Amino acid sequence: MTLDVQKIREDFPILSREVYGRPLVYFDNAATSQKPRQVIEALVRYYEHYNANIHRAIHCLGEEATNAYEEARAKVAAFINAPSPECIVFTRNTTEAINLVAYTWGRANVGPDSEVLLTLLEHHSNIIPWQRLAAEKGATVRYIGITDSQALELNGLENLMDASTRLLAVTQVSNAVGTINPAEKLIEEAHRNGTTVLVDGAQSAPHMAVDVQAMNCDFFAFSSHKMLGPTGVGVLYGRRELLEEMEPFLAGGEMIKRVTEEGATWNDIPWKFEAGTPNIADVIAFGAALDYLDELGMENVRAHEIEITEYALSRLRELEGLIIYGPPDAADRGGVVSVNYADLHPHDIGTILDRHGVAVRAGHHCAQPLMRSLGVAGTARASFYVYNTQEEVDVLVDALSKARSFFANGAD
Amino acid sequence: MAPTREEEYARQEAELDELYRQVIIDHYRNPRHRGSLPSPTASHEGFNPLCGDEVTVDLLVNGGVIQDVAFNGAGCSISQSSASLMTEAVIGKPVQEAESLIREFTAMMTGSDEIDLEALGDLEALMGVRKFPVRVKCATLAWHTLHEALEEAESGG
Repeated sequence: MTLDVQKIREDFPILSREVYGRPLVYFDNAATSQKPRQVIEALVRYYEHYNANIHRAIHCLGEEATNAYEEARAKVAAFINAPSPECIVFTRNTTEAINLVAYTWGRANVGPDSEVLLTLLEHHSNIIPWQRLAAEKGATVRYIGITDSQALELNGLENLMDASTRLLAVTQVSNAVGTINPAEKLIEEAHRNGTTVLVDGAQSAPHMAVDVQAMNCDFFAFSSHKMLGPTGVGVLYGRRELLEEMEPFLAGGEMIKRVTEEGATWNDIPWKFEAGTPNIADVIAFGAALDYLDELGMENVRAHEIEITEYALSRLRELEGLIIYGPPDAADRGGVVSVNYADLHPHDIGTILDRHGVAVRAGHHCAQPLMRSLGVAGTARASFYVYNTQEEVDVLVDALSKARSFFANGAD
Repeated sequence: MAPTREEEYARQEAELDELYRQVIIDHYRNPRHRGSLPSPTASHEGFNPLCGDEVTVDLLVNGGVIQDVAFNGAGCSISQSSASLMTEAVIGKPVQEAESLIREFTAMMTGSDEIDLEALGDLEALMGVRKFPVRVKCATLAWHTLHEALEEAESGG
């Protein structure tokens, strides 16, 4: 079934606004998505009808808020097919979810002779926590390299890890160039080697059906705001036995069972990891975002993105001198297209596109090791979602060719 | 009356034309005094972590006068052309004059109305950046770096 994009667009108030006198073409979805009315209304409903702190309130509002908050957790579990809501920890964002694992599991399981294996496609949020952990423990960080079309170099996969490789932390979809990584294959190999695997799902969960049990990952991290939900909510899925053995991350209220003057015992999972009053309103509204995506059907979301990416790739290939990064086949990539003109800086491209109403990301996309390996300071990146159309891609293509002519005319 | 769509489009085109003036693109493509000095009095590296623009300014100061300047770096057309234009503007100038030009240029970029266009000369080509607030930092990077280098030269010599 294909998405009824015109109908979807009506649910997003922001899409009817103009920028610089032109209809907004929002192609910065890999940074954050827009929000449908249903999500915005869920926020308002919470604040207008049952705003209360959760878990310990004896009153009606507190009970309603607690139920809605825990219902959202159950929706998240169902959305990624986690075995139980208890395996779902709410954080602030993907970055905090990864840091949680680095600070708790990492500190207990990574030592001086250990190695943490990353890939060149990682976002800084899946690099820096491991660099810090390695520095603290005297461990090593190593990277899986990439091919000429920015796919992971997996020749000799069976030799990638050895007994020292404690963790493989890998993104399922590259935020910078769109490559979809073969997560299942990597996880299988890692597990054969006794290596734990964290999958950064920030760019996959919003765009394709995710099944953490089928994938068999140990940790999976993603963010609400990239999938129609509010900012300020991230998710860490962890295998139950791992979460149970892990020490708490932040300490304070809510994460304890009993406190004496001398010490405390920890609450059960997942609350052990949710110290302090959580982001109640946004978690509840995130639940509304998941309802919205469920209704569309993630298979349909994915099909729509393949279609628009395929169209974008074919149109962009018409532009002379444009360098397009990532795998050539739309089926091998998320809805992300990163480009450069050899003699134009991505920020200049970004500025010219902006004045044509097209919002893209220009820069290093928090993936400086990848940019360095590409030999560029950055790229201009268009990223698509459920409300984007092929007509919008045409606007992008026209604006890119204008950017080119601006600079061509200035050349000697 | 609100501008028509066509008027708004034309205004945006004009602002882009103003941003990417021939002078800017010429200096971007053919930067002047690009490189480093063999034995500089001071050398300073400027960096804009937001967009990754980098500019290193080498400075040769003698008798309170800037004898030579060279810059190296990587970044967008605005940051690099601004650095190139800057080298031409300050070579041969007394340090005090260069410092006041830095103030004048920064004032222009931050939208001050009391600017001496005559003193700015060719630098006036960068006026168009004012309509693009997120790019102002690109234009001022080299100038902040020059200021740091001048202070370094002062304290070192």
